[in-house]
Amino acid sequence: MLKAKVYVTIKQSVLDPQGVAVQGALHSMGFGEVESARIGKYMELTLDTTDRAEAEARVKTMCEKLLANTVVEDYRFELEG
Amino acid sequence: MKFAVLVFPGSNCDIDCYKAVEEVLGEPVDYVWHTATDLSAYDCILVPGGFSYGDYLRCGAISRFAPVMAEVAKAAEQGKYVLGICNGFQILTEAGLLPGTLLRNTSLKFLCHDVVLRVENNDNPFTVDYEQGEEITIPIAHGEGNYYCDEATLESLKANNQIIFTYASNPNGSLSNIAGISNERGNVVGMMPHPERAVNTLLGSEDGKRMFTSILKAWRDQHDAATIR
Repeated sequence: MLKAKVYVTIKQSVLDPQGVAVQGALHSMGFGEVESARIGKYMELTLDTTDRAEAEARVKTMCEKLLANTVVEDYRFELEG
Repeated sequence: MKFAVLVFPGSNCDIDCYKAVEEVLGEPVDYVWHTATDLSAYDCILVPGGFSYGDYLRCGAISRFAPVMAEVAKAAEQGKYVLGICNGFQILTEAGLLPGTLLRNTSLKFLCHDVVLRVENNDNPFTVDYEQGEEITIPIAHGEGNYYCDEATLESLKANNQIIFTYASNPNGSLSNIAGISNERGNVVGMMPHPERAVNTLLGSEDGKRMFTSILKAWRDQHDAATIR
């Protein structure tokens, strides 16, 4: 069993309105040191395999095809187990 | 001319699309379920608005892999007309049938009101009945209608006249005020505003009517040359 932790974030070049709203909220709460906030997605996939290389290639394809929209999002993932 | 209105789990403008075709054109129209694997009987595919598959992950991300979408790609390839409205637009961009993507509105608000659109290109099967540069009133209803693409894509959209509608006043942060675009060939159009909700003055506007009459006119121009009636 392997676990893939997938992080999908909006590209730096693209405005993240949710992040801006959260930053504004933090500022109004007195956390003025927050220079920026970006909101992303975190996904955990449990994989029925022990082959790390194979899993890596498969998760990459999953990210490219479905989990991230590469027009506006970056992704990265970690394999555990 | 035969119309298909695709129905995904979560579509909620399918009935409006169906009724618009029925009321404005009186042409045959069918609901087609997302699991369908044959669209060969249809001349125009309408991909309606709503929240297909609950918009989980991203708008349109999951519906893009519904069995019927392979058939939509095939129909687009054959030059048939495909119109994606709102969630339908999001699905078509996810499917790669249209460039770019739709982001969260910059205001973070779900917007539901009439907007004024400018017809940027009336040389398209979906807009032949409008005047070039005409301003029309059509409602929007979306939380993620902020059109985005990279600079090179925007340049090519402009160079190929693929920008079909722009907002007179930008409601959602959309790049270059874009409200609707086509593919390079012009037979696939996606737009965030809802023409099917503007086909009768009882609905506040009938400016959406001419999108439907345009489709029929363009199709007849294309087909009747070879047909004796």
